Amino acid sequence: MFTAKRVAAKKDWLSGRDHDWEIILGLEVHAQVASNAKLFSGAATEFGAEPNTQVSLVDAAMPGMLPVVNAFCIEQAVRTGLGLNAQINKFSRFDRKNYFYPDLPQGYQISQFEFPIVGEGEIEITPESGEPCIVGIERLHLEQDAGKSIHDLSPDETYVDLNRSGVCLMEIVSKPDMRSPEEASAYVEKLRGIVRALGTCDGDMEKGNLRADVNVSVRKPGGDLGTRCEIKNVNSMRFIRQAINYEARRQIDILEAGGEIHQETRLFDNKKGETRSMRSKEDAHDYRYFPDPDLLPIKITDKYIADIKADMPELPDARKARFVEEYGIPDYDAGILTADKAKGDFYERLVAKDTGGRDAKIAANWIMGDLFGALNNASIDLEDSPVNSDALGELLDLIANKTISGKIAKDVFEKMFEGGGSASEIVERDGLKQVTDTGAIEKMVQDVIDANADQAAKVADNPRLIGFFVGQVMKASGGKANPQAVNEILRKKLGL
Amino acid sequence: MTDLTALTLEAALAGLKAKNFSSVEITKAHIDACMEGADLNAFITTDFENALVAAKASDAKLAKGEGGALEGAPLGIKDLFCTEGVKTTAGSKILGAFKPQYECTVTANMKQDGMVMLGKLNLDEFAMGSSNETSAFGSVVNPWKPEGKNDEELVPGGSSGGSASAVAANMCLGATATDTGGSIRQPASFTGTVGIKPTYGRCSRWGIVAFASSLDQAGPITRTVKDSAIMLQSMAGYDPKDSTSINKELPDFSVACDRSIKGLRIGIPKEYTIDGMPGEIDDLWQQGIEWLKDAGAEIVPVSLPHTKYALPAYYIVAPAECSSNLARYDGMRYGVRVDGEDLNDTYEMTRAAGFGKEVRRRIMIGTYVLSAGYYDAYYLQAQKVRSRIAEDFTNAWETCDALLTPTCPSAAFPIGRPVNDPVQMYLNDIFTVTANLAGLPGISVPAALDKDGLPLGLQIIGRALDEETVFAAGAALEKAAGFTAKPKKWWV
Repeated sequence: MFTAKRVAAKKDWLSGRDHDWEIILGLEVHAQVASNAKLFSGAATEFGAEPNTQVSLVDAAMPGMLPVVNAFCIEQAVRTGLGLNAQINKFSRFDRKNYFYPDLPQGYQISQFEFPIVGEGEIEITPESGEPCIVGIERLHLEQDAGKSIHDLSPDETYVDLNRSGVCLMEIVSKPDMRSPEEASAYVEKLRGIVRALGTCDGDMEKGNLRADVNVSVRKPGGDLGTRCEIKNVNSMRFIRQAINYEARRQIDILEAGGEIHQETRLFDNKKGETRSMRSKEDAHDYRYFPDPDLLPIKITDKYIADIKADMPELPDARKARFVEEYGIPDYDAGILTADKAKGDFYERLVAKDTGGRDAKIAANWIMGDLFGALNNASIDLEDSPVNSDALGELLDLIANKTISGKIAKDVFEKMFEGGGSASEIVERDGLKQVTDTGAIEKMVQDVIDANADQAAKVADNPRLIGFFVGQVMKASGGKANPQAVNEILRKKLGL
Repeated sequence: MTDLTALTLEAALAGLKAKNFSSVEITKAHIDACMEGADLNAFITTDFENALVAAKASDAKLAKGEGGALEGAPLGIKDLFCTEGVKTTAGSKILGAFKPQYECTVTANMKQDGMVMLGKLNLDEFAMGSSNETSAFGSVVNPWKPEGKNDEELVPGGSSGGSASAVAANMCLGATATDTGGSIRQPASFTGTVGIKPTYGRCSRWGIVAFASSLDQAGPITRTVKDSAIMLQSMAGYDPKDSTSINKELPDFSVACDRSIKGLRIGIPKEYTIDGMPGEIDDLWQQGIEWLKDAGAEIVPVSLPHTKYALPAYYIVAPAECSSNLARYDGMRYGVRVDGEDLNDTYEMTRAAGFGKEVRRRIMIGTYVLSAGYYDAYYLQAQKVRSRIAEDFTNAWETCDALLTPTCPSAAFPIGRPVNDPVQMYLNDIFTVTANLAGLPGISVPAALDKDGLPLGLQIIGRALDEETVFAAGAALEKAAGFTAKPKKWWV
């Protein structure tokens, strides 16, 4: 069924005893549909509510209760499918996946097995250090989430929280088109960017609203596909890379020791950084899929699809191309700024025409450098940034109109980030305004030359000494003197 | 004063409206009848106290000239319908003392219309059975006895055995029932009552304990065709909470009962004759043909060639759906739980203790036919058969407007009749399952007594959504048959 023609770049090969190995990766991403109500009941979906407070009679599978599909979830799936450049299936159907577990009240999960709502598609990804490549999408289907079993509240009892029971998930299944941990995480990042841009999933991995099952196998580069193992529920980009690295090496070790890989489901222990067996293929459930007789098949029309298409927001790829075109920033910068809807929105607010046309490249540098750096260090999401685009814009404006120098601006930014007030308040309060009054600068320059007469005498022979004088003047001005003016006046006075 | 329990629903509603008697009076009369008939074991739970409260409220409304279509009428509810605050068992031990916090749509509609609920009626466990013997609450006894065999107790049929018995014994004016393969029509036939299974989707399934979702349909069991029309009018209607509910306005079923059948084309399916069927069933069928002919109908022979596959297909589809529908009874959230050594053990012990033999058998059959490697051979094949059967009917409708068939291949049989082969029991459904598989309306009307003095019914099957023709033809049969026999009140 699956072919895997593309061979990984050599840098992604893992070295082995006798030969190198190539990793083959396919992902199943579970993305929680952004929707106020569950897939088949009107219960709320908000995260973090008290256990079992968002459970309807349907979610608890009381006798005689029936599911009714939430039309908005269907719309969200179609929207996502379009975002993945995928085939939208005008006929799809819900099936029951039968198995017993205490957090699965119905004794079956309603899912789409035979006829998913979205078929094949593809997206382009750009791994951090590698060439862009295409990843095929096999399908996207809708299903209900199970509840949560909580095993650690009591030594001999398991508690069940049904708040998640019935929440709508999209399972997005890729083809086995990824060849390195970096490609896998780039794929998830790309998916996340798309669903966020579309507003179909908030992409929050920490809350489990986006999580990945990773299928890992290894082969001789370009050779026959090996047996795969599936690592369940990996919920951060870093863990995805870690889990793959560990699992690929584990498989190579087994193969090189003359063993064979058994198809199985494994769990990633993020504390130990290793995967371990959960259940083997032999123990796999027979899910006894069959069409859910409580629900009618979903039939959608061309017009329905066209209406959603007409209402689609700009996707990351299109936005990236527009950023390059419209703002003249490099491809690389545009890629970073459009990977995520929030980043792109932040940038566009910063350089919007009505702000007076700020320098697009400088704005990009500030966001990608200082702002992302600070957010990263503080582990804060962009959405929660203490410095918003208006505040950063004000700072950029102060640089542009030469009120402060770029160097001072870095200090001002740090203070802003720590909650010290707006850029102008900080500049005012700390007296950081750049001195551009040439008279005042001339006096400072003269004072420095007078105080360092012997150095001044050597300047003619050693012009590089000017740096020393600039430094002294800047120091005397407390960093506020306009460095350009200082330079000019010094050169004049020192006769350079 | 006349015996208020002997009235038809139609007459009782008219009497209540005319204030000839009060709801409290007629309700009390029925409560007495229920207590007298306790040995019939028709009820699992009675709720007389609330019935009287409801009757009083109805009387207040009736006094002001207000009230709904069922105002003040004491009725029984099959214990498969979830009723708020009243124990609901589905005839099984596994639900324990479960009291729903919700009211199913059908009974909510009826309460809205002023019904007085006497209690919850016995049934085969999870509606799986044709004799009411699989109930965890004991067999229901048919009020009819074979002539000269006073010691013999007969089954009322199933699964709606409690409903049929209670209506036949004048313990309620009518009762709700459900029909997955014949569970309304077969007990109606066994007890000399009328039962209609409407088109699939007419009555909301919301709040009715599910057996086989694609086949289950609620309907009434009453003493006359008109009474069924009155009850169905209240029970049915579109419900957005059931995705398979039909969003079509309801016709006036009572008016349809008075419709002439002159010129109506009645199909006689040649495949509805089976080996070993008593001659008197065939004779009755011929009699029915004559009755309808006399009423002006045109008789047309038709063929439904896939009929012989209906029963096997039914006994794949229904268990398959039941195996999944009954997975929720796991002892985790409500009902019975038997703690075992570990989780799987708890599941096994709970379900072994909670489910009876027939339910376990069907869960196992259903699990088997859905298993990897068997799904195509069984479930998928059965679904194909189902489509063929529906096509058979569609083809038949080109030459006829309704079908006349016997309801069952036999009259009621004795309780405890040894059943070595469950398939023997499944044969009860042979004439009724096709309507379920195709989603069509079907009514059973009492037509005659057999040589032992036991009632036999005839069935009319109609086009989807054409209950009107079914009622019209049913009423014509009823009129022609003039079936007035009543069981002797031996239980008092």
